[in-house]
Amino acid sequence: MAAHTHHHNPALLHHFSTEEQQRNSASFGMWIFLATEVMFFGGLFCAYLIYRHWYFGDFGAASTSINAKLGGANTAVLICSSLTVVLAIWAAQTSRRALMIGMLVLTMLFGLTFLGIKGIEYADKFHEQHVPGASFSFEHVPIPSHPDQYANPRHAEIFFALYFIMTGLHALHMIIGLGIFSWLLWAAWKGRFTPEYHTPLEIGGLYWHFVDIVWIYLFPLLYLIDRHK
Amino acid sequence: MAGNVDALFIFLLIVTGMMTLLVFCAIVYFAARYRYRKGVPAEQIEGSIPLELTWTIIPFGVFMVIFAWGAVVYFQGRTPPRDSTEVYVVAKQWMWKLEHAEGQREINELHVPVGRDVKLIMTSQDVIHSFFVPAFRIKQDVVPGRYTVAWFRATKPGTYHLFCTQYCGTQHSGMIGSVVVMEPAQYQAWMSGGSGGPLSATGEKIFAELGCATCHRSDTQGRGPNLQGLFGRPVQLEDGRMVNADENYLRESILDPGSKIVRGFKPVMPTFQGLVSEEQLGALVAYVKSLSQSGPAGPKSAAAAPESAPGKGNQVQ
Amino acid sequence: MATPISPNVERENYLNKHYGVGSWLLTTDHKRIALLYLLSITFFFFIGGFFALLIRLELLTPASDLVQVDTYNKLFTQHGQVMVFFFLIPSIPAVLGNFLIPLMVGAKDLAFPKINLLSWYLYIIGGVMMVHCMLTGGVDSGWTFYVPLSTSFLNTKVVEAGLAIFVAGFSSILTGLNFIVTIHRMRAPGMTWMRLPLFVWAHYATSIIQILGTPVVAITLVLVVAERSLHLGIFDPKLGGDPLLFQHLFWFYSHPAVYIMILPSMGVVTEIIACFSRKRIFGYSFVAMSSIAIAVFGFLVWAHHMFVAGISVYAALIFSLLSYAVAVPSAVKVFNWTATLYKGSIHYDAPMLYAFGFLGLFTVGGLTGLFLSALGVDMHVHDTYFVIAHFHYIMVGGALMGYLGGMHFWWPKISGKLYPEGWARLAALIVFIGFNLTFFPQFILGYLGMPRRYADYSHMPEFQILNVFSTAGATVLGVGYLLPMIYFLWSMRYGKPAPDNPWNAAGLEWQTQSPPTTFNFDEEPVVTWEAYNYDEIDKGHKEVPQVVG
Repeated sequence: MAAHTHHHNPALLHHFSTEEQQRNSASFGMWIFLATEVMFFGGLFCAYLIYRHWYFGDFGAASTSINAKLGGANTAVLICSSLTVVLAIWAAQTSRRALMIGMLVLTMLFGLTFLGIKGIEYADKFHEQHVPGASFSFEHVPIPSHPDQYANPRHAEIFFALYFIMTGLHALHMIIGLGIFSWLLWAAWKGRFTPEYHTPLEIGGLYWHFVDIVWIYLFPLLYLIDRHK
Repeated sequence: MAGNVDALFIFLLIVTGMMTLLVFCAIVYFAARYRYRKGVPAEQIEGSIPLELTWTIIPFGVFMVIFAWGAVVYFQGRTPPRDSTEVYVVAKQWMWKLEHAEGQREINELHVPVGRDVKLIMTSQDVIHSFFVPAFRIKQDVVPGRYTVAWFRATKPGTYHLFCTQYCGTQHSGMIGSVVVMEPAQYQAWMSGGSGGPLSATGEKIFAELGCATCHRSDTQGRGPNLQGLFGRPVQLEDGRMVNADENYLRESILDPGSKIVRGFKPVMPTFQGLVSEEQLGALVAYVKSLSQSGPAGPKSAAAAPESAPGKGNQVQ
Repeated sequence: MATPISPNVERENYLNKHYGVGSWLLTTDHKRIALLYLLSITFFFFIGGFFALLIRLELLTPASDLVQVDTYNKLFTQHGQVMVFFFLIPSIPAVLGNFLIPLMVGAKDLAFPKINLLSWYLYIIGGVMMVHCMLTGGVDSGWTFYVPLSTSFLNTKVVEAGLAIFVAGFSSILTGLNFIVTIHRMRAPGMTWMRLPLFVWAHYATSIIQILGTPVVAITLVLVVAERSLHLGIFDPKLGGDPLLFQHLFWFYSHPAVYIMILPSMGVVTEIIACFSRKRIFGYSFVAMSSIAIAVFGFLVWAHHMFVAGISVYAALIFSLLSYAVAVPSAVKVFNWTATLYKGSIHYDAPMLYAFGFLGLFTVGGLTGLFLSALGVDMHVHDTYFVIAHFHYIMVGGALMGYLGGMHFWWPKISGKLYPEGWARLAALIVFIGFNLTFFPQFILGYLGMPRRYADYSHMPEFQILNVFSTAGATVLGVGYLLPMIYFLWSMRYGKPAPDNPWNAAGLEWQTQSPPTTFNFDEEPVVTWEAYNYDEIDKGHKEVPQVVG
């Protein structure tokens, strides 16, 4: 294959032969990375589902005690943020620079909102002494399906341990996502993205959608199962 | 039992020995016979589907035979016979505490009569240990928070090594004992050398001291289920599940009564977590079991069934 | 088809193109990164090997008289952690895979060169954490970190060791990710899947395991660290947790991990056997598919490490059955390698000697796996020296011999120099003999009942004689490993310059100069020939394309 005789996009890296190969590789690479993330969260989901099954009543009591309204709000926030990501990419594809930058900013604002709401939830848990550790307390909390029985605090503590680890890990991914989007915003501002080349936006978007999807699983599993109020 | 393990092992030695010989001879022969010779090129052979199928299917068949034989031996090894003598074992860093159902207590030594089936009901006070008697070809991990079971029948008098074989910390290699197999007469003599009475009697005392009898009466008027004839029978829980009342069920019922409420009863039993030691738990379990031994076992008795996981409803174990 | 070289003029290649520490530490050239890995994993091999030496010296006598029991417990723990996570898992993929895969597929580099460099840095960070851990007290949990011992009972640096392995795990994940994308997307025109060297297939299968399995052990270690630091109750039975849950999560990765360690080595051996028999591999597609089958089935057998752990009989039956299923593709490969020798034209150069060693030792190791998969036998030999012997036969007799064979085979390409053949053959022989002497007695020890991880066996002095044999073998083995390190180093300065294709081997990597230039190929190759076209090569077929690079 002859060397390129025409000017090519400076974003084409030397070890790729065509822009298409580069774009496909970047996209494929991100999908594989997301597969590893599925397995990473998967271990937690596995542990959670097992304990949810074993300690159904106690976990039901614990679930009921976390704030589903805030969790629901966060779900809406994230879904909206995925929409703004898609719009940002569409804007890049159709040379709408202002819209692209606006959507990226909006995405990040949604992300920050998510973290803010999460922070409120965590603070609530702290005040209610539902944070696992020395000060953990979960006395006399009835089991939703058998109100005459109290939940076992030790089992509830396992719920909260998994709750904090799972949502904490998710929040960490959110923060990393915000970091990624800061860079995307800067690059967009600098005019790096064109209809021909906006691969970083696409793969950044994939990552963001993934973080969104993890939450869409977390929310019903943590907040909604066996909830009676 | 040990004989069965050895028989399988020898079979494996023969089979793998033959496979090894086959492969090694082929390699050595080919390596010599087809050594590079000037002017003699290699012959390009793509492959042979019949050959591939042959050397896939035949080994697989052989493997299935080995699997089946191994499965049978394992099943036997994990299914204690019905009227085994029982010994409760509590492992801790770094010693073995054993308590015969007849009441004798031992540390790091287990005296048993030759020719009797002995069932070990084991738990750990701290970390995971493993009860290993090479001479009997038995091994079972001893896990905190639940009972695991092993059994054996010694066929020759003598003293045999007992090893802990799940790494358990500093003195793991010091957690060693012996199993002393005695002639029946000797064993009788040893047994009568003093004990506090059978374990179940100790359990009965604890049962009374802790006030269990208040709710667990021997009629249907109690706030708790009647424990007569309970052990080994299926139990219907109020959420619809059926579980088997084995040692782990009894243990869990004492330590975490809220996790399985029997149908028709209220969740009022307090937990005894932290209030009973493993030894006391063993005694209580022995006592409740003794309440099932007076009459014939019920039609659905599963006393000889394989040991199930701690009553979490036959999950992931 | 050796390109004539002029010994007086050193051609520009990836080694001499840029000089200076910066050009190495900030390189994105997959070949330089491979060498960075080579240095690092060799360093850890020394550490792990040193621990092994101390273990074997201690076991010369029944009493714990060389080191204290606590120290011994740290030795076997750290030997395992270092050898598994910092030597074996990276070894072939990070050194030979990194170096060769772009060359073999006809690409200028891997798909993500910067991520490749990042993976090395992650490895180094994990390695530094590990070394720091070892120097400031060490860890004695066993490489398997079983709970509740590691979470609630030890006073050693479990958290730091766990985090070190966590970080190193991401190195492994990124390497796997890079390979998969490269193999899918960067093959040169004409390089179809069925024309790929089986080394590439093997690494593809390995990479699948790396990306799907490693994250699970990563999260498991996070849970252990969290439980230990925050006194949670996920695994602690006193707090309602389940210690067996840890074992399931841990082994879900750690079993496939052993296939990460052996598959690349199988790939190396395939290349060597084809080259030194001057023949296409018998049953190419079966060998390729077997690699994939091993990767897939490897994920289904983890609880065969738990047959006596307290799992249900029915679970044990299923896992035993599946373990026999995963043995089949490995057996198929052994038969195909053997059949490749048939009517070949066999040369006995050092790489081939290592390949023969692999065939023998892997066969024995794999067959002893059949013993362990048999439930009835495992009841007896689990957690004894039988298991230790089994996995060392495969990981050392198999994986490490493959690694050494590959290092010899590709050394001329990597360094541009020839190693001394006589010494290399001697080293192969010493390794083979030393290895068998070290580990064969351990099968017997295990069946006799010697448990693993015992610092002191003074209650069982009858075990001493076999332990003495084993230690004697270990010293021989050590010599066998030192020799290549010495003569490889020697060859870099004093070795004969290597021709571009000293073995007349098939494969695009041999169509480049030795050592290759930074970008491997001046022009993108176009592949019109099948893999292992030794008949064409040996007939001096003029149509065999020469890609000058």
